[in-house]
Amino acid sequence: MTDFTIRVDQNKYLPAGSQEVHGIITVEASGPVERAPVAEAAEVIIIDTSGSMAYGKIADARKAAQAAIDTLRDGVYFAVISGDHQAEVVFPGTGQLVPADAQSRNAAKAAVSQLRADGGTAMGRWLRRAADLFSAHQVGHPGAIRHAILLTDGKNEHEPAPEFDANLTYCTGKFVCDCRGVGTDWVVAEVRRIGSALLGSVMDVRRPEELEADFRAMTEAAMGKTVADVALRVWTPRAATLNFVKQVSPALEDLTGRRTEVDALTGDYPTGAWGGESREYHVSVRVPSGNVGQEMRAGLVKLVIPGTGQVLASGNILAQWSDDPVQSTRINPRVAHYTGQQELASLIQEGLQARNDGNEELATARLGRARGIAQQAGNEETAKLLDKVIDVDPETGTARLKRVVDKADEIALDTRSVRTVRMRKDPEN
Amino acid sequence: MVTGSCPECGTRVMAGEAFCEQCGHDLSSAPRASCTACGSASIGQDGYCENCGMLQPTGRDHVEIELAAMAGVSDRGLRHSRNEDAMALVTAGQDAVVAVVCDGVSTSPRPDEASQAAADIAAVTIAKRLAEGEGAEAATREAVRLAADTVAFSARIGEDSPACTLVSAVVERRQVTVGWVGDSRAYWLGDNSSLLTTDDATPGTHMLTAWLGADAGEVVPHVRTFTTDGPGAVLLCSDGLWNYYPEPEMLAATALSGTPLSAARRLVRLANEAGGHDNITVAIIPFGQGERAEATVAFPKERSD
Repeated sequence: MTDFTIRVDQNKYLPAGSQEVHGIITVEASGPVERAPVAEAAEVIIIDTSGSMAYGKIADARKAAQAAIDTLRDGVYFAVISGDHQAEVVFPGTGQLVPADAQSRNAAKAAVSQLRADGGTAMGRWLRRAADLFSAHQVGHPGAIRHAILLTDGKNEHEPAPEFDANLTYCTGKFVCDCRGVGTDWVVAEVRRIGSALLGSVMDVRRPEELEADFRAMTEAAMGKTVADVALRVWTPRAATLNFVKQVSPALEDLTGRRTEVDALTGDYPTGAWGGESREYHVSVRVPSGNVGQEMRAGLVKLVIPGTGQVLASGNILAQWSDDPVQSTRINPRVAHYTGQQELASLIQEGLQARNDGNEELATARLGRARGIAQQAGNEETAKLLDKVIDVDPETGTARLKRVVDKADEIALDTRSVRTVRMRKDPEN
Repeated sequence: MVTGSCPECGTRVMAGEAFCEQCGHDLSSAPRASCTACGSASIGQDGYCENCGMLQPTGRDHVEIELAAMAGVSDRGLRHSRNEDAMALVTAGQDAVVAVVCDGVSTSPRPDEASQAAADIAAVTIAKRLAEGEGAEAATREAVRLAADTVAFSARIGEDSPACTLVSAVVERRQVTVGWVGDSRAYWLGDNSSLLTTDDATPGTHMLTAWLGADAGEVVPHVRTFTTDGPGAVLLCSDGLWNYYPEPEMLAATALSGTPLSAARRLVRLANEAGGHDNITVAIIPFGQGERAEATVAFPKERSD
């Protein structure tokens, strides 16, 4: 069984009258990987076969899907969906998930090799089809890890926005979906919505030939998951307000609106499936102000399996009012780091938006400031990507937008803006 | 005699009774803990209220002692980060009980250690001297001298001297002996409720004119004895209470119902509700017999030292 630990980093001391409490919750899942029992898993691979995938891209997509199929562990239930303006389960023909073995893998790869690119793009319908496969499977296999990979190269053009919204809502909670955008015609914000709703990653794949390795890595990661449907359960005091619950590592994800009430003081926030990994969350609570010397539990954070009520780990977010400014003005370095990471992501997204809107002044200000934070906080990859859209004079610090920007660089910068780095060095260790 | 009602069945019970005569409920057990901040009864194993989140006081933050017929409550209050008050309650044989309250001087080093050491040594010394047949007044003087030495000798090289106040009460069958140094007080609450002590402080200020500590010079306690046959109680308290409620009548109105423990808790809560600016310590020792209407009170006369 995977072991979970929760660690809370915060400065619990507040100056008199202060009410805002912040904590960074580090959840670490570990366990002997080789001896971990093989969890039941289900995998659906969704390949965009719209017309724009024709020529080179569809060939690379086929290879990628085949690599993913090869990576499936024996016994993992799977299917392949071909998506255009509708969704077709191209393997298996029965329309039900089947267990992976040599024979089913070969049959699936043969079906994939027949994929042709034509038609439109309606990603919500593809996902709904996957959700129905998972739901049917779950009846006989409760507690199975349910994971999908979605590959797309274009804009969601053939599905009205309300239908897309409804389909996303329909899928939420039914499976985890990692998304990949290939080329430069897909819309980052659109695919990010899918990744957010379905608790998966979103990455750009610059060259179609990189897909194969990426799909293999994603499938391997999915096979490494051992516990499905884990939630962060957060208790706050009666008179307190929960400002937000955000995942801040490995990528930013605001979970605040994803609350499921447990009781008047407690809510569950979904985190999907876990393997051997660590993630970090930023929780902010507004508490009634207390008197100097008083200590309060501002939050109790547990990692739970809501289905069974099993508690995997827990940690306290505390508040203690102090009249010693040395105590109360210190900012916890980890809270500061992830506050900076959130600011960095906002600056990049706002900067790119302003740039597209033709507001050069705002774009320059935002992206220039982002470049500075990226440098300071150790976001080297982000700094490199920023250098492709903005020039910053190292002497004067003056920023200037580049005239010519590769669309792929802009997409990469946008996509990866939510990916955070961990603190370079932990001053407490 | 002070009466109350059984928390289990509501029957009238006499103060000091161990069990309810009606239902057999153990009256010595403290009422079920409730949150000191919001009153909720759900306190988690780890000491946080499951309703409002407040950490419940532990250790010196909130101390309750219930012993024989008397009780004491000492509380950090709301504005100080630690409780520098201390108290000690002991019984001395069949007929006497001893209570001591000390208030550490905040501006001195380690006042919490000084006050606890002084209270402990004074209470134990009085009990021991009484057991040896000594009178309450002599025992009190001896106890204050030893407590003063203890605090004085606890001073470390290179630091200012720890300091604290002290007020003691020896309640015997027929008389009460009160001793004090500093501005912690003793009251008689009953018919003719009155303040029994005079503060060792510049009037209208908290500037102490006498205290226990190495820089205090020779410590000479005030000691006085009084008697009454009417029912009531002796109240010892630190200035965390009397700053808000100095009037004996008001204190009597609050302190003379229920058990001494519930009365002490009530007074502490009142001080906290009034602001809780300082540590609050309250000790209540019931004294006297007979009916209130027949009470005669012999007013204490100060003995010159």
